[in-house]
Amino acid sequence: MIPEIGYFALVLAMALSLLLCIFPLWGAYTGNLRLMRAAPSLALGQCLFVLFSFGILIYITLTDDFTVAYVAHHSSSTLPWYYKVTSTWGGHEGAILLWLVMQSSWTALVALMSKSLPWVLRARVLGVLGFLGVGFMLYTLWMSSPFERLLPYFPVEGRDLNPLLQDPGMIIHPPLLYMGYVGLSVSFSFAIAALLTGKLDNTWAKWSRPWTMVAWAFLTLGITIGSWWAYAELGWGGWWFWDPVENASLMPWLVATALLHSLAVTEKRGVFKSWTVLLAITAFSLCLLGTFIVRSGIIVSVHAFATDPDRGLYILSFLAVVVGGSLALYAARVSQVHSEGRYRFASREVALWLNNIFLVVATLIVLLGTLLPMIHKELGLGSISIGVPFFNQMFAILIVPFALLLGIAPMLRWKQNKLSPLAKKWLVNVALSLVATAAWLFSNYEQVSALTFMATALAVWIMFSTVSDLLQKISLQASISEGFKRLGLSYWAMVLGHVGLAFVIASVTLTSAYSVERAVAMKPGDIATLNEYQYRFDGVKEIRGPNYSGHAGVVTVLKDDELVTELYAEKRLYDIGMQFMTEAAIDDGFFRDLYLALGEQMSQGAWSLRIYHKPYVRWMWLGGILISLAGFIVLADKRYRRRVKKGAQA
Amino acid sequence: MNPRRKKRLFTVLAVIFGIGSAVGLTLYALQENINLFYTPSELVNGKGPELEKPTIGQKLRIGGMVVPGSVVRDETSLDVEFQLIDTGPLVTIRYQGILPDLFREGQGIVAQGTLIEPNVIEAFEVLAKHDEEYMPSEVAEAVKGIKHEKPKYNLNSEN
Repeated sequence: MIPEIGYFALVLAMALSLLLCIFPLWGAYTGNLRLMRAAPSLALGQCLFVLFSFGILIYITLTDDFTVAYVAHHSSSTLPWYYKVTSTWGGHEGAILLWLVMQSSWTALVALMSKSLPWVLRARVLGVLGFLGVGFMLYTLWMSSPFERLLPYFPVEGRDLNPLLQDPGMIIHPPLLYMGYVGLSVSFSFAIAALLTGKLDNTWAKWSRPWTMVAWAFLTLGITIGSWWAYAELGWGGWWFWDPVENASLMPWLVATALLHSLAVTEKRGVFKSWTVLLAITAFSLCLLGTFIVRSGIIVSVHAFATDPDRGLYILSFLAVVVGGSLALYAARVSQVHSEGRYRFASREVALWLNNIFLVVATLIVLLGTLLPMIHKELGLGSISIGVPFFNQMFAILIVPFALLLGIAPMLRWKQNKLSPLAKKWLVNVALSLVATAAWLFSNYEQVSALTFMATALAVWIMFSTVSDLLQKISLQASISEGFKRLGLSYWAMVLGHVGLAFVIASVTLTSAYSVERAVAMKPGDIATLNEYQYRFDGVKEIRGPNYSGHAGVVTVLKDDELVTELYAEKRLYDIGMQFMTEAAIDDGFFRDLYLALGEQMSQGAWSLRIYHKPYVRWMWLGGILISLAGFIVLADKRYRRRVKKGAQA
Repeated sequence: MNPRRKKRLFTVLAVIFGIGSAVGLTLYALQENINLFYTPSELVNGKGPELEKPTIGQKLRIGGMVVPGSVVRDETSLDVEFQLIDTGPLVTIRYQGILPDLFREGQGIVAQGTLIEPNVIEAFEVLAKHDEEYMPSEVAEAVKGIKHEKPKYNLNSEN
């Protein structure tokens, strides 16, 4: 009975979404205020029913109701309770329900926080969100319900959650990612509402910006955690594979990053309006495309997800409606959009415009590399794969002008600049970065390739330029504390974001260039040396977890005969799926990670082990966290806070 | 030309230049980095209407099922050798290192590597999918007719 209640709650939520889609849009069209006023309550109601339904899914998972197909397939009675909760989004149907939870929560938030918007705009934003809600709820109810029963024959025991997903990273990664993914639907709705209204003024940009910022910050954090999870859990020591599923989240991120920068220009200077709208539409469309890629099974990926052509077809049709509809609307309305600001070549506008170009080109490259194998196959040209080297090569080329620009752009002013005084500063920064990079690399490594040097120098250059600009802006103020206060949170956000990117670039470069690995077969007592560390294999011991058993290879790590740490690299065998899992042992550090994975048992008590030394790898996630922090910090900005307060009184 | 037009022209040229160079670079990079995918029978019998076979030294991807009982591990090093099959011929894969957790006999895998003999590949990467029920879709397609076509080799005995 309880699962049916969960399903029924979704039906009600869907009915409310349908009303949310129709009433306000109709009201805005005919100027009927009463219809428009229904929007916020419908949004809240829809959200409550979805949350209720999700609560039921959690409840039936926790109570091991294996009559429900979803629970039987993705959970088991021996699964620890927190992984039971995780299992509610570990499979396709649950993940889509999580999407609905996020979608309706964003909708409800917009309903609550948009009180100072004019009713026509507010109604349209919520109406568009309602439309998206209908699309996904229809999908859930029709072909992806997590409440389907397995009656009359149901298993006594579930099939357990995929062991790979039994990891703390997997508890937080999907919700964060979806939060960001779905959050971009808010920017999308604002863009569509603004197009419908025909008024693309600064107010629209001002409104859209904080929402986009938060969604983007979540997306950043989600991707970062996903990369960390892959590194910690998959046991191959990698952090990014350019897999279609990974690319599916990277593409919206790249476009959303472009959108943020473009929104800043639109808000402050009133230019790039139509471009910004197009980016907002594109960002969310890429989220839908990503969902299609991940869920349809049309593209071969190492990640396994439930795949089903019918579902793929639905998502593709929905994608076509959303993209086609919004592009048609865009085409019809864009001629009315005028940008009034004027600017010269050497200006922040142009710099940000270039930033957008680079990000969009990067997106196109990822899109091409992801979709080309599929197109190639559909054309009957055979199956191909486009591997990691392609993406690495393209991004290595693209990052050079991008990073150079990133060091220059923040110092440029709006409208126009004289370049000569700045050029001197840039030359100093270039010289400083080259010297610092040389000192850093040559003191640590014997061999430094030109490519490594250049990429590291770019990271250092971003760091120097950002910090020197910060110091200069502070020094313009009466005192340091005054400077800190005056600069404004958006500026601080920019500093954080750029510094974060510098960390990421440095990490990617150095860890790719200087990571070393050894695969060895060791007997107890054997010592393997890698870089300045000695790894002594002390044998294996049996382990037993709540739903797995296995072996842990005990390895003592020494440096100059002194104990560094003792590591336990586990090989688990999960009871239900009888699936082997490597649980890597990691000694993390600011400058290096020692990473160990246990392989197979060989003859005479020997085990194969893989040992990695990964310099600076942690900077990648540090950088990712800094970048997402930049997004969250903007929320605290007075400009946005004041408006929320004003909105609350109105 | 008035300044507005001039700016527009500049914008358009910049966009064309940007996209053009991006496309050019992409195609160049693609040329080097596209790996053709083969199944064991395609590798041995040739692929497509022209029955093209890869040349020795070529980088490629191959997908198939690991023949049960074919996995041979070296006792002292991490060298491992196994055979892949789809509908007919067998292809030998040599690999040095630790195989993925989901690698099992009878399981579909994808290997990436260099062809060193007409039917021997030295792999630098072996992939098994996250899910235990996974069979690479390319393999699934290749073995579609397997029930109607009697395998030329007996899977359970050594060949």
